[in-house]
Amino acid sequence: MSELSQRPENGAVGVAVPHESAALHVTGAALYTDDLIYRTKDVLHAHPVQVPRAHARVTALRVEPALRVPGVVRVLTAADVPGVNDAGVKHDEPLFPDEVMFFGHAVCWVLAETFEAARLGAAAVEVDVEPLPSHVTVREAIAAGSFQGATPQILRGDVEAGLAGAARVFSGDFEFAGQEHFYLETHCALALVDEAGQIFVQCSTQHPSETQEIVAHVLGRHSHEVTVQCLRMGGGFGGKEMQPHGFAAVAALGATLTGRPVRVRLTRTQDLTMSGKRHGFHVDWRVGFDEDGHLSALDATLTADGGWSLDLSEPVLARALCHTDNAYWLPHVRLTGRIARTNKTSNTAFRGFGGPQGMLVIEDILGRCAPLLGIDPMELRRRNLYRAGQTTPYGQPVRHPERLHRLWAQVLDDGAVLARQEEIAAHNARHPHAKRGLAVTPVKFGISFNFTAFNQAGALVHVYKDGSVLINHGGTEMGQGLHTKMLQVAATSLGLPLERIRLAPTRTDKVPNTSATAASSGADLNGGAVRHACEQIRGRLARVAGVTLGVNPADVRFADGVARGLGAADGIAWNELVRAAYFQRVQLFAAGYYRTEGLHWDSSVMRGSPFKYFAYGVAAAEVEVDGFTGAYRTRRVDIVHDVGDSLSPLIDIGQIEGGFVQGAGWLTLEDPRWDDGEGPTRGRLSTQAASTYKLPSFSEMPEVFNVTLLAEAEEDGVVYGSKAVGEPPLMLAFSVREALRQAAAAFGPAGVAVNLASPATPEAVFWAVEQARAAARDGHLVEADIAPPQPGAGAHALHPDSEQAGQAVSRV
Amino acid sequence: MSAAGITVNGREIAFGDIAPHTTALEWLRTQGFTGCKEGCGEGECGACSVLVARPGLDCPTEWVAVNACLLPALGLDGQEVVTAEGLGGPDSLHPVQYEMAVRGGSQCGYCTPGFVCSMAAEFYRDGRQAGPDGAPADHEHGPNGFDLHALSGNLCRCTGYRPIRDAAYALGAPERDDPLAERRQAPPTPARPTSVRGDDGEFLRPAALADALRLLRDRPTATVVAGSTDWGVEVNLRGARAECVIAIDRVPELRELTVGADHIEIGAGLTLTEIERRLAGRIPLLDQVFPQFASRLIRNGATIGGNLGTGSPIGDAAPALLALDAELVLADADGERLVPLADYFTGYRTSVRRADELIRAVRIPLPQAGLVAFHKIAKRRFDDISSVAVGFALDIADGTVVRARVGLGGVAATPIRARGTEAELEGRAWSEQTAAAAARVLRGEGSPLDDHRASAAYRAAMLEQSLLKLYAEAGS
Repeated sequence: MSELSQRPENGAVGVAVPHESAALHVTGAALYTDDLIYRTKDVLHAHPVQVPRAHARVTALRVEPALRVPGVVRVLTAADVPGVNDAGVKHDEPLFPDEVMFFGHAVCWVLAETFEAARLGAAAVEVDVEPLPSHVTVREAIAAGSFQGATPQILRGDVEAGLAGAARVFSGDFEFAGQEHFYLETHCALALVDEAGQIFVQCSTQHPSETQEIVAHVLGRHSHEVTVQCLRMGGGFGGKEMQPHGFAAVAALGATLTGRPVRVRLTRTQDLTMSGKRHGFHVDWRVGFDEDGHLSALDATLTADGGWSLDLSEPVLARALCHTDNAYWLPHVRLTGRIARTNKTSNTAFRGFGGPQGMLVIEDILGRCAPLLGIDPMELRRRNLYRAGQTTPYGQPVRHPERLHRLWAQVLDDGAVLARQEEIAAHNARHPHAKRGLAVTPVKFGISFNFTAFNQAGALVHVYKDGSVLINHGGTEMGQGLHTKMLQVAATSLGLPLERIRLAPTRTDKVPNTSATAASSGADLNGGAVRHACEQIRGRLARVAGVTLGVNPADVRFADGVARGLGAADGIAWNELVRAAYFQRVQLFAAGYYRTEGLHWDSSVMRGSPFKYFAYGVAAAEVEVDGFTGAYRTRRVDIVHDVGDSLSPLIDIGQIEGGFVQGAGWLTLEDPRWDDGEGPTRGRLSTQAASTYKLPSFSEMPEVFNVTLLAEAEEDGVVYGSKAVGEPPLMLAFSVREALRQAAAAFGPAGVAVNLASPATPEAVFWAVEQARAAARDGHLVEADIAPPQPGAGAHALHPDSEQAGQAVSRV
Repeated sequence: MSAAGITVNGREIAFGDIAPHTTALEWLRTQGFTGCKEGCGEGECGACSVLVARPGLDCPTEWVAVNACLLPALGLDGQEVVTAEGLGGPDSLHPVQYEMAVRGGSQCGYCTPGFVCSMAAEFYRDGRQAGPDGAPADHEHGPNGFDLHALSGNLCRCTGYRPIRDAAYALGAPERDDPLAERRQAPPTPARPTSVRGDDGEFLRPAALADALRLLRDRPTATVVAGSTDWGVEVNLRGARAECVIAIDRVPELRELTVGADHIEIGAGLTLTEIERRLAGRIPLLDQVFPQFASRLIRNGATIGGNLGTGSPIGDAAPALLALDAELVLADADGERLVPLADYFTGYRTSVRRADELIRAVRIPLPQAGLVAFHKIAKRRFDDISSVAVGFALDIADGTVVRARVGLGGVAATPIRARGTEAELEGRAWSEQTAAAAARVLRGEGSPLDDHRASAAYRAAMLEQSLLKLYAEAGS
């Protein structure tokens, strides 16, 4: 076992403590970026000028009318940019564009004394455009051959031979929706210029270092002239990994040009219409099974809807391909990826980062094919779980696959799943208008950034003469409890009670060159760095203590704020030791650094071991569907999830529950719609407010919700034996979608296969119920195409069908 | 200017320079109360929730949670507001704040102060009682009587809600010396007449109905607001600004509820919450509507007169009131007239109401039909806008449908009566065959559209299904 994963007894890690800011949150005392403007003098407010065209060339931009609006100070345009006019790192995202690439694309920004004046000024700006042809849906882009970026492929074995040798082969296609992040705090940045001309940007960003880089390149400055600070975010979920940079750059540009603080804060509708979302995908697939229902081959083409620019679409797609196997062994595989370029917001990172999309493909296939195979879907999934010695399609050994089986067994046991299946069958027999379904689905999620270089982190730990400790690290806090965990790591490493340690806000002038707080990696990476810094200080203090105590420094132990020799009852109090060390001129601060060992990845052939380890989980969900309306309730959810040895159980359970409900939102409720008609509002996001884009509320919370952390799950080689938890639980929500499919099918004859659109809104479930009822009427066991095209979301013409002749089932 | 300010967390603060369209949220934040947040600007997320002292039913004063983003700040002139900061500080947590903090009820924390305020309102609700043996009545009530619907207007994107529910269900009763609990025993400060003329418009609060009607006669283009739950959205999302806003939510004549021999009259200025509690089950069909009508935060502000006054084709009150054969009492400076609700709407957001008229009351005839139901179809179970809403009121005597009223929302430019369906039902035996035949007629009523909420085909199917469901659930 590695030293990194060893934890001392009675340390602060593993203790269930509330979020470090909980008392500030509940009293309204916690500050977010936009709260700072009321503490800042002479702030100017920025407002975008959004052009209502899906695709158009700007032929004229007249800002003078805005300048005549009382209170307007300046209009920022491309001509004002001293550096690079680009909000990204790939130079395909002009900050002030001359070509409108999506409906609502901002072409310039108005600065004014009040937000109201900025709004009126923006309305006064005159923009002439020449409309250009547009692709709004992913199907339109595919038909037109509109793609961007790489076309990666994962290959293993011989997929054609695998399909030829399969006992049963099915094919289909599937299009599923993306998801709006809907962090409660919209994008926000506040920029100031100091007396030396240095720029200080406070920003709601998951990636302060990249925000700093983009601000610097837009301003034509060096990174050391720009400092970015993030106090905390009101939610991020990936939406603030790449997307904040341009808004921060607008604020910084305004501040340098006017000499006044500039605030960019998006209204909800601006945020919804300007910032990227989770990628929706289109998928074509063929799958083969052997006589026993084992997957033998999968051939799939995944097309991600990238929106207008690349943003993070390439790594999102790579992760999607790396997760199409989810937890299942696929002997022969060909997975092809493409990124459609559409005239929509540029899709971006969102919790799971393509992983959920890849896994949805295989879960949908298993859910659709199980009835056609005549195998219970739960058994079909269990039978295909990875086993010891197997590797992923990209060649990484699947370590600890036995945990999947342990989790599976425990969920069945804790959730009394077998007994409840019988109850459900009895219920369904008694109730013609309400049917229940129960599904069990697994998660295997790779932890580490696919891009190896990002797997590094830094920290800065100060011990002051009075013994108080201040820690800094490169990760950002967005509610996930990273700061709480880092306090626990530092307290454990230094043998101090938690209250002796404070944590300072994330700033680029404290820890440079940080990676985004993303990929669930925040605690692994920054925890490694914090621990490294603390151990340097502890080592120096041990030498001081060893002399005083008369023991070898290697035998000094730090616990409860006291340094003791091994086995000794008495020792030196921390404060006393720190003071002594200072007078002996011992350095009491340290920079920590961590890099994840053992990773390698060749993106040109999509092979290697990009992940440090896999996070596992299994969920069982039970739903009830109303046959009249398709409306449903989630009656009960049981989850057992592998977080390694938890750093912070209350935080981890919160991540699991919250991720699960967010995933259920994506799969069942949240329904982003664009106008794909040919009228003047083509390309307009029609769900551009909280009243039309519905998040899960209390009504979507499972009525019974049991979450258990897998016991004895220490992960070797990770800080204090823990595992990452931010993203993996989101995908446990496949259990809800599959339970809905099964409940809908229960309205039809036994063995009926139904298609379910994603999201599975009540309407989509109703059409699935109607498919099942039609099968009952017609005596057919395959799905019927009776759902009308869903407006805006593209038609879900989904027909998994046997390619084998002489099947017992016939096509409607 | 005759507007003074608002008492926030016990301290009176003068309005200062303020525009009529300035929301209470914006004003509070400018005063440094940055605990209340803007998450959506349209009363959907509840991050802006604050407590207002309002006249109570069980106590002289009740603490009512409202969306500060929708209310004009001037609409709170002279009133008492408590924000999350006023409930407690980091070193002196209020019981609600304590439970939320220790149970993991906050993650990013942005929605949290709003949740705390909504939860505190339910904590202080005088009628909140533990169930027998401390057993929860259902999945939406805690063993301490906590009604989860109190939080239906608050969105959290992080927690998945379970720890928030646990916090709510762990609350006890307020301590004896709890100052906010004590405050309930004295009446709230009465609303005072307000008249503010700013650069971009006027804000007027008349003291009595006659004053309001005279103002309206003199200013026919004025915007009338009560809870401002509709107007606030126009202001925030669509940049609407009014030359003159007339606030009528505290006009006493609009806040009466009378139960007569042949009708019940509900004052148009009563909020949905007040109506629900004051009717106390007297109109069973409305009892089905209330929990599905927006959120508790909205129902605490929205009035029945406002819901009919905006004339939205998807308002949830109208389909039920159409089924109840409701009439509207329209008042102007010279008198009143009675208009059946079925004759009230004339087109998309238009009605027979003249610009100088107010809806004074809604009148519901008695006796009521024996079989009533309200079916709302929406994507989300709590706090969503209907794709289709159907109100049923059927009188069945000796197995025959003697009278049928079916009100529909979301299938035409106005709420409508399903007259073809009513005719198909009336005079027929109440049987599966009758229900099925009438359901087919109902499917063809109105002219539903395709939009982001639902397809036209689903809307039509839901009309049919609603009657099948009524029959299946009510039986013969």
